[in-house]
Amino acid sequence: MLERALTGSQRYYRWLMFLLVFVGMGFAAYLYQLHNGLSVTGMSRDVSWGFYIAQFTFFVGVAASAVMVVLPYYLHNVKVFGRITILGEFLAVASVTICLLFIIVDLGKPMRLLNVLLYPTPNSILFWDMIVLNGYLFLNIVIGWNVLEAERKGVHYPDWVKPLIYTSIPWAVSIHTVTAFLYAGLPGRHYWLTAIMAARFLASAFASGPALLILLAMIVKKYSKFDAGKEAIDKLSQIVTYAMLISIFFVALEFFTAFYSNIPSHKHSLEYLFVGLEGHKNLVPFMWMFVILAIVAIVLLLNPKTRTNEKTLRIACISVFASMWLEKGLGLVVAGFIPNPFDQVREYAPTIPELTIAFGVWATGILVLTILYKIAVSVKEEVA
Amino acid sequence: MESNRRSFLKVSGICALGLGALPVAKALAKPALPQFLTNSQALTGKKWAMVVDMKKCWEKADEGCKDCILACHKVHNVPDIGTIKEEVKWIWTEHYENTFPGQTNEFNVENIKDKPFINLCNHCTDPPCVRVCPTKATFKRPDGIVMMDYHRCIGCRFCMAGCPYGSRSFNFRDPRPYIKTELNPTFPTRERGVVEKCNFCEERLAVGLLPACVEACKNGALTFGDLEDPNSPVRKLLAQNYTIVRKPELGTGPNIYYII
Ligand code: SF4
Ligand code: SF4
Repeated sequence: MLERALTGSQRYYRWLMFLLVFVGMGFAAYLYQLHNGLSVTGMSRDVSWGFYIAQFTFFVGVAASAVMVVLPYYLHNVKVFGRITILGEFLAVASVTICLLFIIVDLGKPMRLLNVLLYPTPNSILFWDMIVLNGYLFLNIVIGWNVLEAERKGVHYPDWVKPLIYTSIPWAVSIHTVTAFLYAGLPGRHYWLTAIMAARFLASAFASGPALLILLAMIVKKYSKFDAGKEAIDKLSQIVTYAMLISIFFVALEFFTAFYSNIPSHKHSLEYLFVGLEGHKNLVPFMWMFVILAIVAIVLLLNPKTRTNEKTLRIACISVFASMWLEKGLGLVVAGFIPNPFDQVREYAPTIPELTIAFGVWATGILVLTILYKIAVSVKEEVA
Repeated sequence: MESNRRSFLKVSGICALGLGALPVAKALAKPALPQFLTNSQALTGKKWAMVVDMKKCWEKADEGCKDCILACHKVHNVPDIGTIKEEVKWIWTEHYENTFPGQTNEFNVENIKDKPFINLCNHCTDPPCVRVCPTKATFKRPDGIVMMDYHRCIGCRFCMAGCPYGSRSFNFRDPRPYIKTELNPTFPTRERGVVEKCNFCEERLAVGLLPACVEACKNGALTFGDLEDPNSPVRKLLAQNYTIVRKPELGTGPNIYYII
C-alpha cells in the first residue's frame, strides 16, 4: 500500500515539500545543538527540562487519545467510528514518533540512548516509559496497517490482530499514566507531586486528542472524497466536551488543595504561573490565554447548537487543543522547576535553535501523519 | 587427509564451545585472588556522613572563606563556566533561607540570616536520584556514597528533576576549557552532556585520605566519618550537638548534618 504515498496531486507534493523545509531546518539546528551541546537551549541547572520534554509530554496525550475511537468501535461496536478509527490509529503513530524524537533531541548523550535497554533499570520510570511508548507505536502500526490492508481487500482483518487491538486499549492508558508518573513521584517538586497527575493527564489527553482528530477529519473531508461522517464527529465532540470539563475540573482541584491548605511550597508554582512570583511572570500571559481559550471551548461545546455546527465546532476544537497545549505543553513542565530547590525563581525561555528543532520535530510528525493519512484515504476512496 | 579434517573440525568445535562457555566458566570459577587489590590504607565505612559546624565556620574563619570549595573544585577539575545558567558546582554556599526553605521566620537570630551555609550532595540514604536514573549511571555504593558513572550517563537529567536539593550539575557545554584551577591529572575531567556532583571524595578515601573539603578547612568546621561506628567523630558530634538536615520531610535521609 506504501506506493499510494508516492502518487498524489500537486498540492500534496507542495505540502510535503513545505514540511520537508521545516524538517531540514530542524535537522540543521539539531546538528548545531549536537556540536555545541544543550548549552544552545534555554535550559539551565535550575530548569533542567524545558520545551522538548514539555512537547513530549503533551504529545503522549495526543497519542493516547486514539483509544477514544478504538475503544468504542472494537469493544462496544459503535459502528459510526468504523470510518475514523484508522485516522485515530495513524494519529497515534505520528504522535508517538514526535514523542520519541523529542526525547532524543533532549538527551545530553544521544549516542548512548541504548544504555536504557542495555542496562534495564526497572526502578526508573523512564525505562518503563521507553517500553510503553515503543510498544504503543508498534501496536498502532501493526493494527492500523493490517486493518487497512484487509479493508482494501474487502475482507475481515486477520484474527491475530484482535488480541493486539484489545491490548492497545489499556496500553494507551498506560502510556499516559507512566508519563505522568515521571513527574508525580519526585519528592521536592511540589507542583508535580500530586496523586491526580495521571488522571489529569488522561483527561486532557481525551480532550486534546479527539479535538485534533475532529479537525483532521474536517481537513481530510475538504481535500479528499473521504468523509468520516457527521455522526462520528458528533460522538467525538461529545467525548471532547466531557473530557474538557473533567480536565478543567482537575486543574481546579489543584488550586483548592494548594490554596485551602495554604502550604507555601504547594502554592508557589501556581502563583508563578498565574500571577507571577517575586516579580517573575514570563508564563502569566500564556496561562491566562489558557483560561480564556478553555472557557471559549467549554461554552461552545456545551451548547448543542454550537457543538453541532461545523464552523463553531471547529473554533471549539482549536480552542481545546490550544488551551491544553498551553497548560501541558508549556506550563506544567516548566513550573515544576520554579521555584528551584533553593526557593529561588530562575525563569526559562526557549531559544531560537531550540524552537527550530521543535518545529522540525513537529514537521516530521506531520509528515508521517500526512503520508499515513494519504495511504488510508486513498484506500478508503478506492473501496468506497 | 580425512582424519585430519575430522580432527580439525573436532578441535574447532571444542574451541567454539569453549569460547561460548567462557563467560559461564568465569562466573562460576571463584578466583583465588581478589581481582582488584584494595589499598590497605583505604578508609572504609558502612555509612559515610558529614557534620558541618556552621558556628566554627562563621566564628573562626575569615569572612568569605572558601577554602573547602576551592580545594574540592581543584582536586575534581570542576569547571568555572561563569554563568548561573550552566553553573557546575560540587560544594558551594547558599543563605540560610535557601538552604532550609520553609524553616525561616522573620525573627530568626540575626547571625543566621544572610550567613553562608555549606551545600553539597547529601549522599541520601534513600536517594531519589538513584531511584529515577534509567541507566544506573547514578548508583549508591554499600558504604552510602552516591556515585556517578560519567561513561554511562545519557544526559536525560531525570536525576536533576529528582534531587530535591539542587545538588546536581549538567555539563551543557564541554567543561574542559573552563577548568580554571590547576589541572589535577589524577582525576578525570568530564565531557559535555553528562551530569556530575560531589562524590564524597571516594577516590581519596580509597587511598586513606579524608575528603578534600574536610582536609582544607583550617577551622575544623567539617567532620567526616562513619555513622554506623559509635566511635566515629561524626557520631560524637551528633551526640553532643543539636543538628538539622535539609528537607527531612521528604524521606530521602540526608547524611549531611548541620550544627548551627
Ligand atoms: S542530595 Fe540529591 S544528588 Fe545527592 S544523593 Fe540526595 S538526591 Fe541524590
Ligand atoms: S542524566 Fe545521567 S545520571 Fe542523571 S538520570 Fe539521566 S542517565 Fe542517570
